[in-house]
Amino acid sequence: MSEQTMNPSGHLHTVAQDWADEKQAFHVPWGKLMMWIFLISDTFIFSCFLIGYMNVRMSATEPWPYASEVFALTLFGNNIPLILIAIMTFILITSSGTMALAVRYAHFRDRKKIALFMFITAAFGASFVGMQAFEWTKLISEGVRPWANPFGAPQFGSIFFMVTGFHGLHVSIGVIYLSIVASKVLKGDYDKKNNYDIVEITGLYWHFVDLVWVFIFAFFYLW
Amino acid sequence: MAYIPIADQPSELHDPHSFITKYVWSQDHKVIAIQYACTAIFVGLIALVLSGMMRLQLGYPDTFSFIDPSNYYQFVTMHGMIMVIYLLTALFLGGFGNYLIPLQIGARDMVFPYLNMLSYWFYLLSVLILLASFFVVGGPTGAGWTLYPPQAILRGTPGADMGIVLMLVSLAVFIVAFTMGGLNYVTTVLQARTHGMTLMRMPLSVWGIFVATILGLFAFPALFVSAVMMAFDKLIGTSFFMPAIQSLGQDLGYAGGSPILFQHLFWFFGHPEVYIVALPAFGLVSDVLSTHARKNIFGYRMMVWAIVIIGALSFIVWAHHMYVSGMNPYFGFFFAFTTLIIAVPTAIKVYNWVLTLWQGNIRLTVPMLFAMGFIFTFIHGGLTGIFLGNVTVDLPLSDTYFVVAHFHMVMGVSPIMVLFAAIYHWFPKISGKMFNVTLGKIHFWATFLGTYAIYLPMHYLGFLGVPRRYYALGNTDFIPDSAMALNANITQAAIFVGIMQLVFIINIIWSLKSGPKAESNPWDATSLEWQTPDTPPVHGNWGPKLPVVYRWAYEYAVPGVKDDFVPQSVPPEEVEMEEGAGKYVDRSEEHH
Repeated sequence: MSEQTMNPSGHLHTVAQDWADEKQAFHVPWGKLMMWIFLISDTFIFSCFLIGYMNVRMSATEPWPYASEVFALTLFGNNIPLILIAIMTFILITSSGTMALAVRYAHFRDRKKIALFMFITAAFGASFVGMQAFEWTKLISEGVRPWANPFGAPQFGSIFFMVTGFHGLHVSIGVIYLSIVASKVLKGDYDKKNNYDIVEITGLYWHFVDLVWVFIFAFFYLW
Repeated sequence: MAYIPIADQPSELHDPHSFITKYVWSQDHKVIAIQYACTAIFVGLIALVLSGMMRLQLGYPDTFSFIDPSNYYQFVTMHGMIMVIYLLTALFLGGFGNYLIPLQIGARDMVFPYLNMLSYWFYLLSVLILLASFFVVGGPTGAGWTLYPPQAILRGTPGADMGIVLMLVSLAVFIVAFTMGGLNYVTTVLQARTHGMTLMRMPLSVWGIFVATILGLFAFPALFVSAVMMAFDKLIGTSFFMPAIQSLGQDLGYAGGSPILFQHLFWFFGHPEVYIVALPAFGLVSDVLSTHARKNIFGYRMMVWAIVIIGALSFIVWAHHMYVSGMNPYFGFFFAFTTLIIAVPTAIKVYNWVLTLWQGNIRLTVPMLFAMGFIFTFIHGGLTGIFLGNVTVDLPLSDTYFVVAHFHMVMGVSPIMVLFAAIYHWFPKISGKMFNVTLGKIHFWATFLGTYAIYLPMHYLGFLGVPRRYYALGNTDFIPDSAMALNANITQAAIFVGIMQLVFIINIIWSLKSGPKAESNPWDATSLEWQTPDTPPVHGNWGPKLPVVYRWAYEYAVPGVKDDFVPQSVPPEEVEMEEGAGKYVDRSEEHH
């Protein structure tokens, strides 16, 4: 140790040594690391979808519809662009906050509050999916289909339904996942080993789904 | 830090209680590995038969009435896809990854045994879906293993109805299966190593499998996305990959899609896939060579870094598969440059293998023969890769038999040589029985020489300009009669090599039934899997206490030591020395 501290590059060396050290590269539970690796892999899926979207949008032969017109909603006689999506985004980001609270109470082993905040998160998620269903219904009633689009390039419909659908699937799975974990928390299943890592692992997944939404929001609604 | 690593915490081991939980719904990594391996070898044999049918048609056109052009393309497609994904990927990662990772790093099992079990059953499901396509209307897809649109989903391509859909679904299921297994492999290597097993003491097998799994987790998403998009194009009429197309005077309703997008997505998966297969092979062969040459692997650190660097580079070379698809010339320059850079770490590995053999006390066992055969075939396939990596050389050679010869040498024959080396090498540990050496040697020479008889002439055919993927060449002026004679010879060699694989199957079955009992460590190897208390290892692998690791896995022919090797798990003070040799000095730290 003393040799290393004398060596100017000692610090870097120690970091490398720690990482390559025996047993564990990261001081985290197995499940948490696995979720991280899965999320990196899932990032590649969404990246491929988004890169595919950019490519399709650039090579489409017909004009791409204007987001502010397609995604506008008439409320109380006013045509407000992007209002629905603003609410949806707000709800999803709020749900990340309630998820963070659930993780915080997991540190205190406060079963009721963990479950409460997880259920709130799931409810936010479910309302997000509900609003997405509303948005889809509106677009479909206006004639947008995966293979056709009255506002311009048919690829708009294809890629929009596919990517938001894939993300909506992630949110739906997250809602189910949250509900299962929350009810197990309430029953005290995790008290047996006093191990509440699962709350944080679920949280990782949920925050990831939110983060992906930010990108989808930017690419589909603001571009 | 008062942090107890999870591997040391007491936890239940899911001990199997009945026949079903022990052999069918098993969560033991060794049983799952064997399930993976048997399934993979089974589909591999189907793909081998398909290649034999292709060769019959090519060698003797107009002879076999049961092979029509549609069948031929279906055979080509299924042969390629099965070999690359359902055999090689599954056998290296699902088979050897599952078997060797926990045993070589000193763990009791994978970190998530249940997920690991699901991984196998999803893999089996994907295989069944794939095989089901042989029995649907129109048969399996004949789009070529690259499944390029628009032809892959257009009428006129065999299997354009159900075949292509089943293929895409099967790939998606395979990717789910791979992800479940892959998360396990990576997490296990990172988090569940036994005491003393630092990353830089891991056998190269684990390094190769580990990095290949990471590549898979990052590359398969691109295939998943392209499979989903193509399925939508086929099933609900989107136009992701489909430009406007008229077929028989009819507008097909597609417009504005980009076939090149598919090629980019496919090869962003497809090139790392080459290394998903090659890196485990590099790792396994390093261990086999070092053990049977009784010498430490030359340049261990460099070997590890070469694996990591090759893995990283493999993500930025994909468009070298698309030189003739049409690209900005600067892209061609970039991708040719990155492609040729890969030759540097790869050459380092080859030099190090040869230098490992240099002055070694080589034991010409069956696994060693296959491992040395690999060095030949790999150098061979690697050199032709340099031809094809250059844009200007690639253009005339593209879509000729030169390409077929190249990739079969480098990612067909070479990984298969390693697979045989690895199967023969670890068979005594896996089964507790010894295989028949004579049959093994017959198998080696037939396979090694036979593959050369198949693929060497193909390079020449490629230079003549004989195009690949053609059902029949017909009377073409630039193809001389000698080329047709050569084609017949290649077919004879291919049938011979195919039949000689029966020797391997017979050897395995015979040895399992009545082979002599194998010792615990028949090759005098150092790595942990050879030091298990039971052979074959039982559930939990290590008995009551996990092994402790004191050094790297390559302590062979140590001066002064009584045996010519020191296992990883023997404490320095217990190493038996020759008289007057003094105290044992651990060499491994010098190499670090």
